[in-house]
Amino acid sequence: MSPRLYLLQRGTAMVMVPLVIIHLVVIVMAVQGGLTGGEILGRTRGNIAWAAFYSLFVFAAAIHAGIGMQTISREWFGLGNRSATIAGHLFILLLLSLGMRAVFGVYGI
Amino acid sequence: MSAAAEKTLQVEVWRGGTDGAYESFEVPAQENQTVLDVVTYIQRNLDAALAYRFACRVGVCGSCAMTVNGRPRWTCRTHVSRVAKNGELKLAPLQNLPLIRDLVTDMTPFFEKWQAARGRFVPGDGPKDRFAQVPPEEKQRADANAAIECINCGVCYSACDVVSWRDDYLGPAALNRAWAGYNDVRDGDRNGILKAVSSGAGCHTCHTHQSCAEHCPVSLNPTFSIAGLKRATLKASLKGELSE
Repeated sequence: MSPRLYLLQRGTAMVMVPLVIIHLVVIVMAVQGGLTGGEILGRTRGNIAWAAFYSLFVFAAAIHAGIGMQTISREWFGLGNRSATIAGHLFILLLLSLGMRAVFGVYGI
Repeated sequence: MSAAAEKTLQVEVWRGGTDGAYESFEVPAQENQTVLDVVTYIQRNLDAALAYRFACRVGVCGSCAMTVNGRPRWTCRTHVSRVAKNGELKLAPLQNLPLIRDLVTDMTPFFEKWQAARGRFVPGDGPKDRFAQVPPEEKQRADANAAIECINCGVCYSACDVVSWRDDYLGPAALNRAWAGYNDVRDGDRNGILKAVSSGAGCHTCHTHQSCAEHCPVSLNPTFSIAGLKRATLKASLKGELSE
């Protein structure tokens, strides 16, 4: 792993720390009186702040996990450097597409 | 003869190459006895063909390391009473190194990685131009001091999971040496060390499992050294000092 990838992985981890805390706290607070899917979408649809929040979350998680998957592919699955890099990039694309699909869903695009 | 001396140890010893097998020996137990004493007894009294390696017998040369009951250890300073379970010992060569025969591994990859990590001193301009003053209390001197006493035994290298997964990983001993060298202000190319340890499977490959620190017979902490290299290479990278 190069210093650039190391910085990216540690940096995205640091970005995710407050995001995870906010995500969990909001969930716990919001469901105190019971919450339906309709109520959630009622609050998130058209809310650009939540869309931006979760977009950042998805990008940070995708990059972080993609670099990790690259390492795991090399160390546990025995892939070569090039194959592991491709596997990492594909995993980033997979997480980005799934994550952004969810973001678009709750924002209401 | 004491009562303890009449007892025997059941010792399983790896024989042959990678396709070899364990062979059983019965060795008289002594009250004070190291694992190296046991191996030497077998070689001198039971099977002269047993291959193993040792030199100083006092924990300085780092040549007698083996896998003892599943853990890499320096055998000359490992007392049988501390590691034998029910009077049984299982001795194997170090892991993560090519096996030559019996308990002897080929240390070539281990020392090649020391070179790959720039684990050697590069002279600076010389005393006539620049005479380094190194106060003992200086932080860099203290960091170098904490890493310098490595005896090259290969125990950390054998204990490292990442080495077992990636044979190109430089490993804890070479990186620990690089950290000691990086903190030597007299070195004429300290940036060269950072370049060496940040390319390929260098310091950033470490997962911080701390097996090296757990197993090091002289209580060094290569994980701490590697963390120092990660910080130093990151700073140098951000300043653009690692590009060719």
